[in-house]
Amino acid sequence: MKVREVLGRSDYALITELIPQASRVLDLGCGDGALLAFLQATKGVEARGIELKPELVQAAVARGVPVYQGDVEDSLSEYPDKAFDYVILSQTVQETRRPLHVLTQMLRIASHAIIAFPNFGHWRVRFAHLSSGRAPRTRLFPYAWHDSPNIHFLTVLDFEELVRSQGWRIERRFFLSGQKRISRLPNLRAEIAVYMLTT
Amino acid sequence: MISETQIVRFPELALDSGEKLRDLEVAYEGYGELNERRSNAILILHAFTGDAHAGGVDHEGKPGWWANMIGPGKAFDTEHYYVLCANVLGGCRGTTGPASPDPATGKPYGMSFPVITIGDMVRLQHMLVESLGIRRLLAVAGGSMGGMQALEWAVSFPDAVFASIPIATTARHSAQQIAFNEVGRQAIVGDPDFRGGDFYESSPPARGLAVARMVGHITYMSDESMREKFGRRLRGREEFSFGFDVDFEVESYLRYRGSQFVGRFDANSYLYITKAMDYFDLSSAYPSLAASLERARCRFLVISFTSDWLYPSYQSLEIVNALRSRNHDVTYCELTSNYGHDAFLVDVGEQTGILRGFLARCQREAEAAQ
Repeated sequence: MKVREVLGRSDYALITELIPQASRVLDLGCGDGALLAFLQATKGVEARGIELKPELVQAAVARGVPVYQGDVEDSLSEYPDKAFDYVILSQTVQETRRPLHVLTQMLRIASHAIIAFPNFGHWRVRFAHLSSGRAPRTRLFPYAWHDSPNIHFLTVLDFEELVRSQGWRIERRFFLSGQKRISRLPNLRAEIAVYMLTT
Repeated sequence: MISETQIVRFPELALDSGEKLRDLEVAYEGYGELNERRSNAILILHAFTGDAHAGGVDHEGKPGWWANMIGPGKAFDTEHYYVLCANVLGGCRGTTGPASPDPATGKPYGMSFPVITIGDMVRLQHMLVESLGIRRLLAVAGGSMGGMQALEWAVSFPDAVFASIPIATTARHSAQQIAFNEVGRQAIVGDPDFRGGDFYESSPPARGLAVARMVGHITYMSDESMREKFGRRLRGREEFSFGFDVDFEVESYLRYRGSQFVGRFDANSYLYITKAMDYFDLSSAYPSLAASLERARCRFLVISFTSDWLYPSYQSLEIVNALRSRNHDVTYCELTSNYGHDAFLVDVGEQTGILRGFLARCQREAEAAQ
């Protein structure tokens, strides 16, 4: 499940909180361009998107969002360094084949990278795994093992360890349980983690 | 919407070859209203054998070649935009070309017409646009050779274009594209009626021109669209003729298209315009394609079609990636279609939504930039 589907409109509020007026924004896996159109209208951003599915690309272009039709993982190397102020990973990082490559490219082409992912360390996932003895299925991970788009499972601790090892900096982070923001014991209690990174 | 073709005259055009043409005529049509600030004009650029009659219907009731895209509520919405289209330099549909009289002799140029380029075509279009008092076009748009002109406009006249829409096209002709053009040219030149291009007082090289068109038509379709349209169906018979008359539906179609073409197209124009396409390489004067596109200041919308094997998507992607490498504002869509290269002319459903959205944004941003 896409983080955005879980958050509904509340990720607009969150991302709007992070992105200042008139910045240059690239949304990876921008879908029908709803978020970018919203940022164009409310923040006057210079918006760009990447999306693979033709019908979503067409919907985005029809609403006036410039979109490049292509695969996110193969598309980033074309952009020059620091082409954007913000790059948002909507297609969540656990679905990418090479997460480290994607994150590295994001921080090369933009000053700030915004990443959200479902936390595999949430207590419900741990409990499901422990009690059933099978690949855990929860609200956020509803798939059978063989048809899951999630090919990497990561937790808040795993992600922060990667950030440290790469020498990146965490500028902001939010942890969400349902629609509520939480701060204590995020690795156990957060369903979704949202990070803003910089180099 | 009855469309009238109009003629504008220009005294002189300097060509890329170093030669000059004098006393030129340009045929164009316009649809919709030019606004007071002359800021809502869209120049449509036709493909190889197209003409100025892009939209509406003419006096004989014939619809324009892109009539499904131009008009009220269509992709190029004449309620909002003034849409114009001119026959290209070297053409045979009203603009000066090899069949036009050479002012020095009063006789048709024939093969004494100088070799022209896509750049020459665009410079003449620019003269037309300026003569209409339009300082900046909201957009230039075209498919195939029209797309090459859209790219050339963006690079040659960066201040005169707000948006460029190259469709089903390339930044440079490939060996395969040149090869198909050469087959067409050889079919014409090898026809005994060709007479070194001096056939205007006798009969034109109809066989050669028809064969050239037949080859062209094959490249405009796809394996799938031909299978759907013709399959192996026989034409007006139940069994093979065991001869070389028309057996198959597809043979009949190609012969019909070939012979029909002879009546409306000049064999010399065929030679000159295909040569202009073959010479086209947007990057030729620059270290790279990206470096040439760096001159452009417009927004781009690039469209390709999945089944187009004449101008395959990889060629559009070359353009798009060169633009992305310079952080240009570029939109790219690869549309799913079975129609091959012809898709840009016939498969207009998805194109319409994309173009309307893109143009509306451009108009908004152009107004804001005023």
